[in-house]
Amino acid sequence: MAIVSTKKNWINLTIWVVIIALIIAAPTFLPVFRLNLLGRYLSLAIVALGVDLIWGFTGMLSLGQGIFFALGGYCAAMFLQLNSSEGFPNGIPEFFGLYGIEKLPFFWEPFRSSIFTLFSIWLLPAIIAGLFGYLVFRNRIKGVYFSILTQAALLVFFNFFNGQQKLINGTNGLKTDVTELFGQMVGSEIMQRWFFWLTAILVIFAWLFSRWIVRDRFGDILIGIRDDEPRVRFTGYNPVVFKTIIFSIAGGLAGISGALYTVQSGIVSPQFMTVPFSIEMVIWVAVGGRGTLLGAILGAVFINYAKSLVSEALPASWMFIQGGLFIFVVTALPEGVLGWIRRGGLKELLYLMGINKKLKTYPKLEVNEQGEVKS
Amino acid sequence: MQLILESLFNGVAIGSVLLIAALGLAIVFGLMGVINLAHGELMMLGAYSTYITQLIFKQVSFLKPFYDSYVIVAIGIAFLVSGTVGILLERTVIRRLYGNPLETLLATWGVSLILQQFVRSVPLAYGSGLVIAIFIGLITPLFLSDDLLNGAKGRLIRACTWGMSALIGVATGGVLSSLVSKLGRASARNVDVTAPSWMRGGIDFLGSTYPKTRLLIILITLISVLVVIFFLDKTAWGLRIRAVTQNRSMSECLGISTEKVDIITFGIGSGIAGVAGVAVSLLGSVGPNVGVNYIVGCFMVVVLGGVGNLLGTILASFSIGIMTDLIGAGRLLTIWPDMPSPLASTVDFFATTSMARVMIFALIVLFLQFSPTGMFPQKGRMVES
Repeated sequence: MAIVSTKKNWINLTIWVVIIALIIAAPTFLPVFRLNLLGRYLSLAIVALGVDLIWGFTGMLSLGQGIFFALGGYCAAMFLQLNSSEGFPNGIPEFFGLYGIEKLPFFWEPFRSSIFTLFSIWLLPAIIAGLFGYLVFRNRIKGVYFSILTQAALLVFFNFFNGQQKLINGTNGLKTDVTELFGQMVGSEIMQRWFFWLTAILVIFAWLFSRWIVRDRFGDILIGIRDDEPRVRFTGYNPVVFKTIIFSIAGGLAGISGALYTVQSGIVSPQFMTVPFSIEMVIWVAVGGRGTLLGAILGAVFINYAKSLVSEALPASWMFIQGGLFIFVVTALPEGVLGWIRRGGLKELLYLMGINKKLKTYPKLEVNEQGEVKS
Repeated sequence: MQLILESLFNGVAIGSVLLIAALGLAIVFGLMGVINLAHGELMMLGAYSTYITQLIFKQVSFLKPFYDSYVIVAIGIAFLVSGTVGILLERTVIRRLYGNPLETLLATWGVSLILQQFVRSVPLAYGSGLVIAIFIGLITPLFLSDDLLNGAKGRLIRACTWGMSALIGVATGGVLSSLVSKLGRASARNVDVTAPSWMRGGIDFLGSTYPKTRLLIILITLISVLVVIFFLDKTAWGLRIRAVTQNRSMSECLGISTEKVDIITFGIGSGIAGVAGVAVSLLGSVGPNVGVNYIVGCFMVVVLGGVGNLLGTILASFSIGIMTDLIGAGRLLTIWPDMPSPLASTVDFFATTSMARVMIFALIVLFLQFSPTGMFPQKGRMVES
């Protein structure tokens, strides 16, 4: 293996070096505003990875990832608010004063601890996702029913967070950009730079983690569930366990993503739990290529980048473009851009444009040292 | 007694809005298995049709004497408008995606985004012109003989009908925008439909007042449900629709044109969404986002009732309506004033519209734990595909 693919290893190494160099150097050549945007989009790539794991690999379309995304964001924001609330009356965050609350609600207490917060950001969404998933999967609710239920759950959480002014500042959300961390304002340039680097590193780790998950037999079972769940069950596996685990992992990823997005956008609010936002997450994956992890990352970054560019230039047209994109991808490009390229779409395009000649080829078989065909 | 009656009326009123909104979905989702997330936007189009009809009745001199009856005309127009858009949607997008419910869901969400932005950035007059053009283009071939359409010049004739309908559409748009200046400009603002005089106020019954608009909505819902049941159970096309629902390939073998059945089913489901839009427009202001508020609730009604079962849909929407009223208005406290205090504070906590929704959805998820396929599951034994 090592001998055969030395050249491939070198290419891989070069790509990694370039990526890491770009990440380290990004703050020097990008203006603060763009850097911040890129950081946000990269954090959205993490939630897209989760969506890809549950939709692209396991075939469950969740329209409620916004719940876990927002929960992660709220965990981070609650910690930051508490961390910098000494100066306010009663030593609790300022907004409580508006509603005449003097005592901190009980569920805020643990968020004084930074370690608890670091764990809760991913563990809390993961646990909630696991519980919800278990209850739903146990009853063999799947397909569109699962999608509708996740959407309903999203509305439940949205209404709850939106209505509870006295507990979590309701529709106004929690601001983080004027809070302090390590003696710095979270919204300051230097902090934002560190958050960017943190996000970029976490995207890479999330990607490696997701790859590790889908690579092994576990991943094979997930794909089996996607393609024919009854058959997986008849073979002796219990799909409920696998679906719950992967849904919970996706929830955890969404939580991390939400926390990173919150500190970089400066606010977490129930707007993170609106129906359109959660469906957008799905379309990032669909455009990038479902079942290709890299596609999820690229889709999230590029679509959001395009969104901000188009919205700056022609505010009204983004909805048309986005709607058209949904329809186009689903009807014409079901595998997404990356899936299409991997299947040889570029060659086909060149042929259609008359640049390349059409070649009749057979798929190449990779052979290892023993002469066995790798699948 | 009065309290119970009032509570029941409120519940039925909320439930009938849900029912009329979910009825079209029950047909499209229940019978065809198509997840149409643009259903809310079809309702929105129906609501806008009401608004346009109202403006036309107000501005055009020879229609003015009949102003009071515009709501009844609007129901017909809304049905046609939403039905036309629905059929167009089925022909262009959904037809390619039969058998892929998740893909359909995403594509129709895209459609809903486009429709929302469409009413924002296209003047309503030209929007209606476009719908009229599509309507005429779809309907003309039905009046021409088959020889003419399939003959040597068939393609030319088809093209001509579409060209003619496009012309008519543009002309209507122009006429409308000059007649009613409000329709000539694009606007993202919400609009209001004012009820005609005979619908304002309420009816007194046993000491409490029942608003007439609510009564009218209940009436519209009742009639729509009866018409749909009659259509599905007693007409030839209804029989064909039920046959295709039960076994598509077998129906096709027996000579039923499944393509036509699809068009008709989807058209009727969408048309009823338009009628629901009329009802919704009477309740509050009409905006591009009016449909979004209903869509998830509608799906919950259909899932709770059991897919493909109209009776289930009816029962589910009324029970959700009554529960919403009981929880949201805190009526449990009025009915049982000396409730023990921990329970009372819980009831009080959920006594707002949004918290009532939280509670209702939680209850539905709980209910589905015991009966995953809704109140009236479809009979039959099969490995779920």
